[in-house]
Amino acid sequence: MSALAVYVPRDSLVHRLPAGTKLVCLVVAAAATFALSRPWQVALALGVVALLYGAARVPWRTALDQVRPLGWFLGALAAFQVVVAGWERAVVVVGGMLGLVLLAALVSLTTRATAIVDVVVRSLRPLRRVGVDPERVGLLVALGIRSVAVIIELAREVRQAQLARGAGSSPLAFIVPLVLRTLRHADRLADALVARGVDD
Amino acid sequence: MPVIEFDAVRHAYPVSGSERTVLEDVSLRLTEHRVGVIGANGSGKSTFVRMINALVVPTAGAVRVDGLDTAKDARAIRRRVGFCFTDPDAQIVMPTVGEDVAFGLRRRGLSKQEVAARVDAALEAYGLQGHRDHPAHLLSGGQKQLLALAAVLVTDPDVVVMDEPTTLLDLVNAHRVRQVVAGLRQQVVLVTHHLDLVEDFERVLVFHEARLRFDGPPGEAVEAYRRLVL
Repeated sequence: MSALAVYVPRDSLVHRLPAGTKLVCLVVAAAATFALSRPWQVALALGVVALLYGAARVPWRTALDQVRPLGWFLGALAAFQVVVAGWERAVVVVGGMLGLVLLAALVSLTTRATAIVDVVVRSLRPLRRVGVDPERVGLLVALGIRSVAVIIELAREVRQAQLARGAGSSPLAFIVPLVLRTLRHADRLADALVARGVDD
Repeated sequence: MPVIEFDAVRHAYPVSGSERTVLEDVSLRLTEHRVGVIGANGSGKSTFVRMINALVVPTAGAVRVDGLDTAKDARAIRRRVGFCFTDPDAQIVMPTVGEDVAFGLRRRGLSKQEVAARVDAALEAYGLQGHRDHPAHLLSGGQKQLLALAAVLVTDPDVVVMDEPTTLLDLVNAHRVRQVVAGLRQQVVLVTHHLDLVEDFERVLVFHEARLRFDGPPGEAVEAYRRLVL
């Protein structure tokens, strides 16, 4: 079972911060990443992220779970950067990205989905005049968060079925059933949303 | 008890130029506390119960719940009729258990305190009180089905429709769901392949090849079902 971006209940200062504040800080941090140019700056930024994880009392194993799926991508990016721009640039680019992913995950790990949805709904309220339904956008955000776990689980089931039937590592034998299962899940979810009064 | 009426109901899906009839000539009136629905796969029973919640609107005829027509008053009907699906994973919308139970209470004009109190009561009633902040996808199959039930019942509907709620469960969890169903004050309409689940129901409907073929007490209904399919 995946612990990716799943809320970890704790009584910490990071948990108690309003969701809006955390999201604004995340946006500021994302912008600040572009200003990083030296490895020591990246090390400092990662240190701050580590301190925040410590303050939030989120287990290290859970923190690692957040970046593990990106391992191949970050490795390939690092190799490319070393070849093209040198090791210092590789540390800055990969380290900055790693810190940002960890920070975004920390927001998910320490904030209830409903609090994030509330911020989205409140922020989008002025757009009601131009036809945007903030409640629907908020619901989309909630479904997006929930879907991460669902799709990971579907992928695990498909992979196991693939192995059981001796399909080896054929990408087609993995992707086709995963897409079909995901569409079937979406269809059932749509029925459930209607049944639960989402179109009220 | 609420009154559910089917009046000369027919339903068909378009299939490549022609149509496939999934329900034909169903007329009945349900006023009993607990009504079972049994039949083979593809017999029309799921379409039948989906009509009660206005998830499916009949091609011909009318379905009414307490006088409200599902074709015209779908929103009002969905506030009265809760629906539990076979696969609880497909109806869990929010990432954590407590948030998912609270989801059905949004836009109901309740204060945060009132929502929290109702969520706590629902979680306690279904043995999920220790799981409020847990990720919903990490629950066991039985707990997920209980969560799906709690999420429906927290809105306090008058009717609860369940489409094969025990199909994916083991014996212990199926028994737990059975106990929950037995204790509900709401009118229950339950589709199942587990025939023992409806043995103490007041009325059981048997569907076969898109038609209602038997309507009566559980013992006779199960016999009629066996005669039809075996």
